[in-house]
Amino acid sequence: MHPAFSVIFLTTLIGVGQGLFLALFTAHTYALFGLLPDQDGQRFYAYGSLITLLFMGGGLIASFFHLGRPERAWRTATQWRTSWLSREVIVLPAFMGMVLLYGMVHLLDWKLVLVTLPSGLPIDVSVLLGSLAWLLAFALFVCTGMIYACLRFLREWHTPLTVINYILLGGASGFTLAAAFSAFAAPALVGFFAGWSVIITLLGLASRIAALSRNARLQPKSSLQTAIGVKHPRIRQTAMGFMGGSFNTREFFHHVRRPALRAVKWFFLAGAFVVPALLLATGVSAATPVVLILAFIVQYSGLVAERWFFFAQASHPQNLYYQDVVSG
Amino acid sequence: MTQLALVIDLNVCVGCHACVTSCKEWNTSGAAGALADQNPYAADPTGTFFNRVQTFEVGTFPRTETVHFPKSCLHCEDPPCVPVCPTGASYKRKEDGIVLVDYDKCIGCKYCSWACPYGVREFDEKQKVMKKCTLCVDRIYDLSLPEVDRKPACVKACPTSARLFGDIHDSESEVSVAIRDNGGYQLMPEWSTHPANHYLPRRKTSVHIHADELERADNPLKIDRQQPQPGKAEPSLDDVTSW
Ligand code: SF4
Ligand code: SF4
Repeated sequence: MHPAFSVIFLTTLIGVGQGLFLALFTAHTYALFGLLPDQDGQRFYAYGSLITLLFMGGGLIASFFHLGRPERAWRTATQWRTSWLSREVIVLPAFMGMVLLYGMVHLLDWKLVLVTLPSGLPIDVSVLLGSLAWLLAFALFVCTGMIYACLRFLREWHTPLTVINYILLGGASGFTLAAAFSAFAAPALVGFFAGWSVIITLLGLASRIAALSRNARLQPKSSLQTAIGVKHPRIRQTAMGFMGGSFNTREFFHHVRRPALRAVKWFFLAGAFVVPALLLATGVSAATPVVLILAFIVQYSGLVAERWFFFAQASHPQNLYYQDVVSG
Repeated sequence: MTQLALVIDLNVCVGCHACVTSCKEWNTSGAAGALADQNPYAADPTGTFFNRVQTFEVGTFPRTETVHFPKSCLHCEDPPCVPVCPTGASYKRKEDGIVLVDYDKCIGCKYCSWACPYGVREFDEKQKVMKKCTLCVDRIYDLSLPEVDRKPACVKACPTSARLFGDIHDSESEVSVAIRDNGGYQLMPEWSTHPANHYLPRRKTSVHIHADELERADNPLKIDRQQPQPGKAEPSLDDVTSW
């Protein structure tokens, strides 16, 4: 497939946003149970929510560049019964709205206690809103992943690993950003976020490698024989029906040579996983926020490359009808 | 239930592209707006088409055969392109099974084109919406046209009658009979999309001539042996009038 930068930025940016929120709320929950020092709501959770919203908004803007008719985007919310894309379009603003409320409650320091658990733990509005946003963050990961995983013809994507990767890679980048952010807003939490980030990053590496090795073993289901229905082992295309290219030769091919493709793969394996994990470890032990910021920047660039590769690697059965492009 | 479809006979298609140009002409002139082209008269012309004809060479030289292969939306009975559409712009009509795109609803997200294994949906770079074969829905029901013309433009244009049009759910229709009698098949059956369009395979037309058939053994003029009987190597009675 042709990797479109609008979709690459959409999926990576909202992944960071969701991951960052998951990190914030994980810290919030830990603090609730007294496992982490309580943070000053205004600075930490409110600004954290704001950064989350900035990333989500950035992704949303990127997504509009993918649409031919963005002014009709509201229509995309209508087919949630069948379309994962439609579901994503509904869940994304719902998540953003919930994060906005969560941030506002922290900013206004509104501590309305809803229930008190038998252990005496007060559950206030922010916990309720945070839990809902937490669910929506996961729902959004599932929607985004399923947009790709549900297309059975694109066999490289048609696996649960696609959804798992979206969750883990988004989570990893969000926790890394949380580590960098907390270096300024809540230094006590740096170790917590960085630790989790390394764990999620390594899990992401494992599942991404699992996906890569699965895809390397895939046998195509369709062939030129089934595509045109001629049962002969040797079929050669002599004309595609046009000479100047078409939507079919632009949308479904990456037009990049194999060595470059391999280079991108090694770049993202290093950039999205190995290097940031090392940087996070150094950043925590040396207590230098700059290294943590660097870790996030490296990881984000790595994820952009990862997403590019994710699209480029998927080969669509329609490509069988365009053999000149396949071999050229 | 009706399922309109095309049946394309690969045995007769000569790859002349008459269906391509006729389709383009009809569909670029309709109420739905033009099928836009880019650089139509310059280098690398490209544009939106509903129908394309491709050519394949089967076998190894000199034992090769050329197969011309017209390709357009197959109006699948279980179309994977429809449920993925987030706006409901892509839909399959209940009454006749035609898969259509509502150009006024489409947001041009291209997701449906990813979900079609056949690559027959084309994005219109000018109108910024997804387009595909409509089976000339604006033509086949047009009562102002004479009945013979109420057929898709490609079917009308084909000089070798390689394209048949009809209801494949009616077992007595021309298309159903053609599929049944000539081994009509569907493309990429492995994806269970159940394309409505079918293709008729190449057929070998061969005649076997036995040696004795080269001789007019039953020539009535010779049977009564009234006329001179030339030898087998001699020209026969039909070639020369030796009597
Ligand atoms: S051929 Fe493609 S576009 Fe046409 S109905 Fe089937 S899946 Fe949809
Ligand atoms: S491009 Fe148009 S028809 Fe296709 S899925 Fe998107 S909105 Fe639906």
